[in-house]
Amino acid sequence: MGNITDQGLILACSAIGAGLAMIAGIGPGVGQGIAAGQGAAAVGRNPGAKGDIMSTMLLGQAVAETTGLYGLVIALLLLFANPLLGKL
Amino acid sequence: MLTGAAFLSQGAAVSGLMRADEDLNLGVNGFLKYEIQGQTVYLTTTHISILIIMAMILVFAIIANRAIKKADPTKEPGTFMNIVELLVESIDKLTVSNMGAKYGPRFSNYIGALFMFIFCSNISGILGLRPPTADYSVTLALALMTFVIIHFNGFKHQKLKHVTDLFHPLLLTPINIIGEFAVPVSMSLRLFGNIMSGTVMMTLVYGLIPRVLTLVWPSVLHAYFDLFSGAIQSYVFCMLTMVFTKNAIAEED
Repeated sequence: MGNITDQGLILACSAIGAGLAMIAGIGPGVGQGIAAGQGAAAVGRNPGAKGDIMSTMLLGQAVAETTGLYGLVIALLLLFANPLLGKL
Repeated sequence: MLTGAAFLSQGAAVSGLMRADEDLNLGVNGFLKYEIQGQTVYLTTTHISILIIMAMILVFAIIANRAIKKADPTKEPGTFMNIVELLVESIDKLTVSNMGAKYGPRFSNYIGALFMFIFCSNISGILGLRPPTADYSVTLALALMTFVIIHFNGFKHQKLKHVTDLFHPLLLTPINIIGEFAVPVSMSLRLFGNIMSGTVMMTLVYGLIPRVLTLVWPSVLHAYFDLFSGAIQSYVFCMLTMVFTKNAIAEED
């Protein structure tokens, strides 16, 4: 094992941090699944309103996705535009 | 700016297979460098993509305009006229059903233009361009336009009540103010995050697989990330613009 440089340490920890940030994907996954399940139940009860249910469900899912995307933005920042490297 | 993908593809290149893309490039590239008042500015891939998309929409608009002028009301419309009518009618229907019969038609122009631009931007990954909406400055500009429209209409229709509503439960004032400013941030980040994640994944996939396979496997991902995700996100952006503007107008009809 060679010596780890400061930069290498920051890069490695940033990669781990990016992976940890993507744990945020759990929340939207659960939320979107619940929304899709409720949408399917709603279509089962009232097949005539399928169009309205679809658009409402997609809108709700897209809004629920936002928190996951915040995590994604953090991960992308850590990987590709690392602000910590400038602190060396 | 982005070196992670190049790093990743180096490891995969050991096997000696010919890569689809030797040095992957995820970021916004600058081409022409010039200075304005001491600041260095670049003409980036985003500008070029936007110009190409703008030219596409302009050509479409001019052809549609010609077709509408030549159209004969007594005869059946042709294929192209049908498509244009479908587009206009569905946008009209969308705005009227969301904003009411009074304000819907007033906003259908803006919503239609917004929808067409965002949709064409999102699906431009299919044409090999870098989607302009994968650049945060574009989505932030779009979201700020929505922000201005929301508050312009709020002041126009509610007058001062638009401001006093912020202090309505006095204890919640900070949360209300933060909530107002979170609208453009969340809208821009939602569009940016979706399209950027698609772009990153497509670029990584193109870098990982040999050139022969690029004919088959990425087309599925293109269909999902560019077409499906792009259509949904442009719909959501327009939908949220309409809902927030409707709330700011705050008038039942």
